[in-house]
Order: sequence, then C-alpha cells, then structure tokens
Amino acid sequence: MAIDENTVRRVAHLARLALPEARVAPMAAELNGILAWIEQLNEVDIEGVAPMTSAVATPLPMREDVVTEGGDARKVLANAPKSEDGFFVVPKVVE
Amino acid sequence: MSDLTKLSLTDALDGLASKQFSSREITDAFLAAIDRANPHLNAYVAVTHEKARAMADASDARRAQGRAGRLDGAPLGIKDLFCTEGVRSAACSAILGEFTPTYESTVTANLWAEGAVMLGKLNMDEFAMGSSNETSCFGNVINPWRSAGGNAQLTPGGSSGGSAAATSADLCLAATATDTGGSIRQPAAFTGTVGIKPTYGRCSRWGIVAFASSLDQAGPIGKTVTDAALMLSVMAGHDPKDSTSLPVQTPDFVAAVGRSVKGLKIGVPKEYRVDGMPAEIDALWEKGIAQLKDAGCEIVPISLPHTKYALPTYYIIAPAEASSNLARYDGMRYGARKVGKDLTETYEATRASGFGKEVQRRILIGTYVLSAGYYDAYYLRAQKVRARIAEDFTKAFTQCDAILTPTAPSSAFALGEKAGDPVQMYLNDIFTVTTNLAGLPGISVPAGLDANGLPLGLQVIGRALDEETVFAVAGALEKAAGFSAKAQAWW
Amino acid sequence: MTEANLDVRSARKDQLVPGATGDWEIIVGLEVHAQVASNAKLFSGASTAFGAEPNANVSLVDAAMPGMLPVINRRCVEQAVRTGLGLNAKINTWSRFDRKNYFYPDLPQGYQISQYKDPIVGEGEIPVETDDGETITVRIERIHLEQDAGKSIHDLSPTETFVDLNRAGVALMEIVSRPDIRSGKEASAYLTKLRAIVRALGTCDGNMDEGSMRADVNVSVRKPGTPFGTRCEIKNVNSMRFVAQAVDYEARRQIAVLEDGGVIKQETRLFNATTGETRALRSKEDAPDYRYFPDPDLLPLELDPKWIEEIRATLPELPDAKRTRFMGAYGLSAYDAGVSAGDLETAVFFETVAQGRDAKLAANWLTQELFGALNKRELALADSPVSAAQLGGLIDLIASGDINGKIAKDVFARMLDSGEDAAVIVEREGLRQVTDTGAIEKAIDDLIAANPDKVAEAKEKPKMFGWWVGQTMKATGGKANPAVVNDLLKQKLGVA
Repeated sequence: MAIDENTVRRVAHLARLALPEARVAPMAAELNGILAWIEQLNEVDIEGVAPMTSAVATPLPMREDVVTEGGDARKVLANAPKSEDGFFVVPKVVE
Repeated sequence: MSDLTKLSLTDALDGLASKQFSSREITDAFLAAIDRANPHLNAYVAVTHEKARAMADASDARRAQGRAGRLDGAPLGIKDLFCTEGVRSAACSAILGEFTPTYESTVTANLWAEGAVMLGKLNMDEFAMGSSNETSCFGNVINPWRSAGGNAQLTPGGSSGGSAAATSADLCLAATATDTGGSIRQPAAFTGTVGIKPTYGRCSRWGIVAFASSLDQAGPIGKTVTDAALMLSVMAGHDPKDSTSLPVQTPDFVAAVGRSVKGLKIGVPKEYRVDGMPAEIDALWEKGIAQLKDAGCEIVPISLPHTKYALPTYYIIAPAEASSNLARYDGMRYGARKVGKDLTETYEATRASGFGKEVQRRILIGTYVLSAGYYDAYYLRAQKVRARIAEDFTKAFTQCDAILTPTAPSSAFALGEKAGDPVQMYLNDIFTVTTNLAGLPGISVPAGLDANGLPLGLQVIGRALDEETVFAVAGALEKAAGFSAKAQAWW
Repeated sequence: MTEANLDVRSARKDQLVPGATGDWEIIVGLEVHAQVASNAKLFSGASTAFGAEPNANVSLVDAAMPGMLPVINRRCVEQAVRTGLGLNAKINTWSRFDRKNYFYPDLPQGYQISQYKDPIVGEGEIPVETDDGETITVRIERIHLEQDAGKSIHDLSPTETFVDLNRAGVALMEIVSRPDIRSGKEASAYLTKLRAIVRALGTCDGNMDEGSMRADVNVSVRKPGTPFGTRCEIKNVNSMRFVAQAVDYEARRQIAVLEDGGVIKQETRLFNATTGETRALRSKEDAPDYRYFPDPDLLPLELDPKWIEEIRATLPELPDAKRTRFMGAYGLSAYDAGVSAGDLETAVFFETVAQGRDAKLAANWLTQELFGALNKRELALADSPVSAAQLGGLIDLIASGDINGKIAKDVFARMLDSGEDAAVIVEREGLRQVTDTGAIEKAIDDLIAANPDKVAEAKEKPKMFGWWVGQTMKATGGKANPAVVNDLLKQKLGVA
C-alpha cells in the first residue's frame, strides 16, 4: 500500500501540518520507506487473535461524583497565547 | 571533602544522614559541575539554581529536625517530559514554547515528598521520539564517553539522553527518565549507567507529557543497580489520577538487589541473536550468561518467535497514539502560536513550525494508519501482533524466571551517523521495544566496554510486577561484572 | 442490521406527503444528546453547573494540559445504565471508550472521548403516544457516553473567537433511535417521551433551553413500498417544535429536489429556527475522517451484573407504568392517563389532586381547565398560580355540592388571577349553590306566573325545557343546583 502524494497532502491536512509543496514528494518517499518495512507484519498469523489495546488487565477504575477541581480560570489560562475576560481568544472560527 | 558529585545516590544519602556534608553543599557542588560541563554536554535544558538551593536548605532544616525522607537532600535531574510546577516543561519541543505548568507530575511529586532536590530539566528527544537525542529543539546532548583515542562526538542515545549523560558525567546523583520503546535502557547502555523501565502501570503517567500512552513508562537512571532500585521505590506507586496505574503496593526494591539468584532460571532467547550484531556484544552476552551460571542460575534456551515483528508493530502503535496525543498542541490554550490567515492556517502553521521533522513524520504515519480504509490493515493488525508478542513472553515465563539479552545492538554511535535513515535509527530499539509492547519490566546494566572503550549493557527482563527478580539478577550481574569505568572528563 | 430489519414501519395514509408525482413517505431517526445529570464531569472533577463565569468550571484535564489523564465518573456510568434500563434496552457489561479525532478550538484534546464500536447500552425500544392517539414503537439502536465540547463565542469580536471550556468534558448520553419515525409530529412526540423518561429517571434534567437535550435529526423520503432514500442529518435542533418543523421542512425540500429530477446528497444540514429552514453545512465527501481508535488512557469498562441489578431495583416508576396504573387505579381514560402520567411533575400534581377525590374529575380539571389556562398564559406547571392542593379544594366544593360546575369555572378563573383558595372566593362572593327547594320553587312559580304562554309551549316542544332551565338559573343567580332545578321544573311543568 504505497502512499501517493495526494495521500500525503490529505494526511498532512488531517493532522493540521502545513507541508510545503516541495516537501510532499520527499515525505511520500520517507513514509513509503517506513511502510515498506512495516509490511512484514503481513507474514504474521493473526487468525483468531484478540487485539491488545493495553498492557494492563485490571478493570477501569472509577471516580466518585464529587467536584474536586476547577474554580480557578487563571490557572487554566496561565499559559494561553491570548486570553481576555476569562476566555481563550483564538483566530476567528468560520462555519 | 572529595568531589561529592562522584558519589552514588546511596553513598550520598549515607553522607547526608551522617552529617558528613549538607544537602546545600552537595547541591552547590552539582550546580557548579553543571555550570562547568553543560556548555559542552548540553545535558540540561534548564538549571534551576535557586529552586535547587532552596530545596537543599529546606532539606537541611528537615534533617536538623530529624525528619528526613528517603531521598532527603539528594540532588536529581528531571527529564523535560515531566511537568514541574513553575518550571518550564517543554518536552524539548518548540511547540510548547515557554509552557510552565501550574501542576507537578505524580512521579516528581513523589520524589519531592521524600525530600529530593531538583537541579533542573534534562534534555531529550522531542516528545521522547528518537534514539540519539538529535531531535531535541534545544540541540543534541553529547555523550560524555568518547572512543579510545578519538574525539568524535557520540550520541548518549535517546530519548532520555540528557538523563543518561548527566548521571554518567556526575551532573546529578540520579535522574528521572521515560521509556516508550527503549528510551531509558538504550541511553543507559550507551553511557555506562543503570536504567530500568518498570512494569507498565507501576509509575503514574499523570503529569508526564504523553508520547504513546499504552507504552510510556517512567523509570530512573542511576549509577548503580541499588540507586536505580531506590529511585524506583520512591517514583512508583498507585495513582488514582491515572486509570492505567496498577493498584498494587510498591515492594522494597533495594532489598531485592542483594537477593540470591541461586536456582533462578534465566531464559536466553535465540531470536535476539540478530544478523549484523557486533561479535563483541555477542561475547558480552555470553559472558553475562556465564556469570549468572556461576552465581547459581540455571540457563534455559527460550524462543520469542515474534521478536522480529516487535519494531514494525511499535512503529504503527506508537505513532498512531502519538498522532492523537499530540493533537492538543495546537497553539490555542498554551505553547507557541503562529497566526495564519484563518483558523486552519493557524493550526497548520503552528504545528508545522512547532514540531520537529521526526515528530511530524511520526504524526503523519500515525494519522495515516488510523485513517479510514487503513485502520484494519495497519492498526488493528499491529494490535493483534502485539498480542502475539505478549503471548511469547507469557509462554517463555513458564520456563524461566527472567530473561537475559543485550540492551542495544551497538555501542554509542556518532552523532549524525543514523540521522539520514529513520528505519536504521528505529533498529536501535530492537531488543528493548518488546517489553514495552508486553508491558514488562526491563533493566539495562553496564556489563563491559567494547574494543573502543565504550560501555555496553545487558538487559534483564522480568515477569509483570516482578521487578524484584529483575533487580536481583541485575545486582548479580553488576557484582560479577565489577563495572567501574567512567568517562574521562574532556569537558 | 439488514435493510429489512431496519425498515419495519409504514406511515399511515394521512401521514404521506402528496407530491406532483404521487405520495411520499417521510423516514426519520433521531440522535439525541442528553446531558447526564451529575455533579462532576465525565472524566474530571470539575463542576457541571450551568451559568458559571467563563472557564471557571475547568480542570487541567478539561483544558487538555500536557500529561493530564481521564478518570471516569462512576455516577455518569450509573446514569447511562439507568437510562438504558428505562428504555428497555440491553446493558452491555463490556464497553469501551474510543477517541474521535478532529481539530476545533472548543475541543481541547484534539479528540472527543466517545464510544464508537462498543457502547454501554445496546438495543431497546419505547412506546410513543402520538397526538393522533396512536401508540407507535420506536426502537433504540444504542446509547453511548461521550464528552461534550466547549463553547465558541463568535460575536464578541469581528476577528476572533472566544472559547469557554466550562461545558468541555461534561458527560453526554447519545441516544440513537432506529429510523422508525414517520412524521415531524411523531419525531416531536418521540422526543417528548424520551424527555419524560430521562426526567423521571433523574438521568437528565431535560432542560432544552440550557442545551441539556438536543437532537440530530436524520431525514429521508421515499415512495411508499420502496427502499429508504438518501438521508440528510440536521444538527443540533433544540426544541420539540423545531424538531417537527425541521423534519417537515427537510422532507418538503427533499421531495422538491427529487420531483425536479435531482438527487439527494448525503450531507449535514443546519436548522435555522428563525426561518424554519435547513441549509447545507457539509457533504458526506467532506465529512471528517475521525480516525476512531480505543483510548489508550482508559481500560475497557466492565460492569458487574450485580451492580446493574442494584440500579434496576432503584428505578422509579416510569411514565408508561404510571399510565397503566392511572388507568387501573383511578379509572382514567387512556388519553387522560397518558397526559397525567406523561411528565413527572404532572403526575405528582395529578396524584396530589386525585388523592381521596373523584380521580376522573381531577384529571379533567387538570388536563383541560388548568393546562388550557396555563397554555394561554404561557406558564409551566411549576409556575401555576393554582397549586395542586388548591385545585383539590375546588373539586371538594363541587363534590360536596357547595358549588355547581358552572360556578366552579368562574371560581377557578378568579383563583388563577388571585391565587386565593376556592373556599375563600366562594364564601366572600356568596357563590354557594342553592339546594333549598323552597327558594327554587318560588323562583319557578314566579316564572310560570309571568310566562303562561311558555308553559304550554314547554309541553309541546321539548326544546323549550332548556329555556326554562336557563331562566330558573338566571333567577337564582346561577347558584341553583341544576339537578334540583330539573326535577322541580319537570314536576311543575308536567313534562316527562
């Protein structure tokens, strides 16, 4: 499954990474190099194997329904590139 | 007083306890050593002089009152991946800019609660993605070790290259590190230090910048096995803020180090004898096998048949998780924002300029393998192969109590040597990545020097939550190897 | 699920929409987002309270600070299970959380934690009573738990968007129906029923004004008997009325396109409440690739069957069971029982009024008089000027014969205005019913004396009897007991 240049552009946009046109072809080559190496996984017999999503086999722990956090907008906004009146300020969102 | 920075963590704590020196004295000694060495080694990306002195003074005050913690007064280095309250935590990525957390990671909080002193933040590969420390936005670390008779600059390994180099060059007593595919063990092997990645879930991930959530684990790098055991004893523990943190007690790892290994069955996997591995590494491995046999262990040949698939599996799972984990770095709520003509351009410009090349490459791979039409072929298949790899270990551990392998397929290589070919770089983790996939503990112990006088490490892998056996075997190897070489200070 | 299993209902004839090329059938399915009633958010300890200062109810987890991790709120899980049980649905003892990846400033993590392949609740169904008096079954496909997003405010600056993360991370239940709905009115009835159930369960406050419930409406049209057409999804419709409007508008639009020889493109549309129209937002081709995968920060959610049974044991009486009980215990008609039991508040009000009284009379007064008056005044039951106890007091006066039905309506009107008790008004205004036969007889005798011609007419034309009743009532100021008046008139006029 080789990645073509259009796929590279589509994936870069999905990942919100600006990719200069000059980088598209080299990136496709790099990714194809890695994917070609990954292809060897097709040799493995995975018939009937359940996918492993975690190395931990314990049940999901649950928290009690108690308010323990929040109440300090300053803390949340402390590192914001831009904030005003308690809001994060970001470039205009156009629907 | 001789050079306090040369002490092991354990000896330094003895010295502090017996009032041979104060925390302020040893802290000042380390700060001076860092100020002298860091322009050459680039191990630290931030040195917290004032905070270190204040913490040291507070420690001395506690000792004076007779209420010292297990690490009281011990100056440590902290990998930049750990969020530290009020101290810039950037994961060595430009995208985080001057991000200064308003919170403290659980692991570092555990260290401070036992009285440890923070010297500063340690260099690393950007977001822990790398095996040579060359992807850091602050420039690479330089390995304190050099080939005999040469002065080429070598990599300290990665991603915890700063942690390994600083520990090796006596710029801290020990350091925190993290390991997603080998990022503690490979740098430890490259610098003649001890590094352990514990069982997945042993250390809380809360407050550690995430790379690949199902693989990331924190662990220490120390000068000795005992130091590593002590560090891990303090770093580990159940944390209700991390859903994958294991609800178990932390054993006394230090006590395990001296434990007899007599009668233990040590597995030697035939699949770890890979093509093109230097004969010296093979010989070192054989030497380790012989040493454990001498110590009373029974050597058992084992098979881990899916070993060769571990790296390709890792290079699907880790980038996939990373592509999602790194989505939050968008310049909206923190970090560096690069404004474009609209929101989409702002996102794309911010992320393209903030993330380095390797990180972008992995985000793209990860995005691709999760995207519609490719999920089953790549991600789902990789998760199934991962299950096969874990199964290999489960079977092996019915035959043995621990597994002995080399840590890395080479000694420290020259900076730039593998930077051109990502797959060559990825192969560094060939022996370490399996334990991340299976969630098992693995330690690297310095076991000897190669022909160029560079350190080599052996890895001991244990059952899940059986770090005690791992420490016991590592202790036996350390004792047998009698490794005492140090990098000659050229800085 | 096969097409045949999905396509199980045909619209009634009168629900079909006539077009130039024949009748069209409307097919609707709803995805309802209901905010889980809980103190803290789904994966963090921040408050869910509505109306806080911007970013006040935000934890480090909600703001997606580096290294922050989710830990699930047990109460939210319990509420989802409770809702599933209330919708007669299968509870999945093994479910999992997935990440839905997309970029948006009010989505701090860059992904929403949701449940994609393995939701906590599976298939269920609920009966829905429509305005037409029909009861239809709407099947539930699934319910899953997920995080809400924050709020983007676009009108504070011409060049920038302001982001408030107070809602970010609040638990939502997405309740997905099968395409079993056949009209805008049915869609609205389904949503009304769903709201009544979650309110009765206490799992969602159902407050649509605050966005606690909102629906994505999937609409398609077809010629009866043919396969389903291509559907469009109308996002975020936030009232019962709008749901009906959106369905009707969208169906008409699709019919117009099709009859014009066009095709329907699968797309997401937005409903404009001011114009009642929908407009295209994005086509299926532009639909984001969400790259769902299991969230590695969380483990599978495994539920102990014992816990599920414990939750089941604490379920309150739901609207349908209540309706059945109201029909049996109070002898109400299906319609009255449905209205009285339809909403938790109404049911409590009704039972307070009906307690120890004529339940049918209570239901009549509640569903016709009180609801009629409240509708006219645009008031909710909670804001009714007449309390349940006061309405009961009025009914007591009718039952004891102190006032008749006609006077009762006048008294009720005054109660609505003044909020006074019925007895107070009756006493002050002297409205007590006249049952004293002597007084009524005298009034009749006076009328007979004054209208001898009408006496004869009454014998010939039964209709004239009504005139006599009216005149007698008028002469007694409306206070005469109508039954007594009837008896005496018959006797004195000599009519059978």
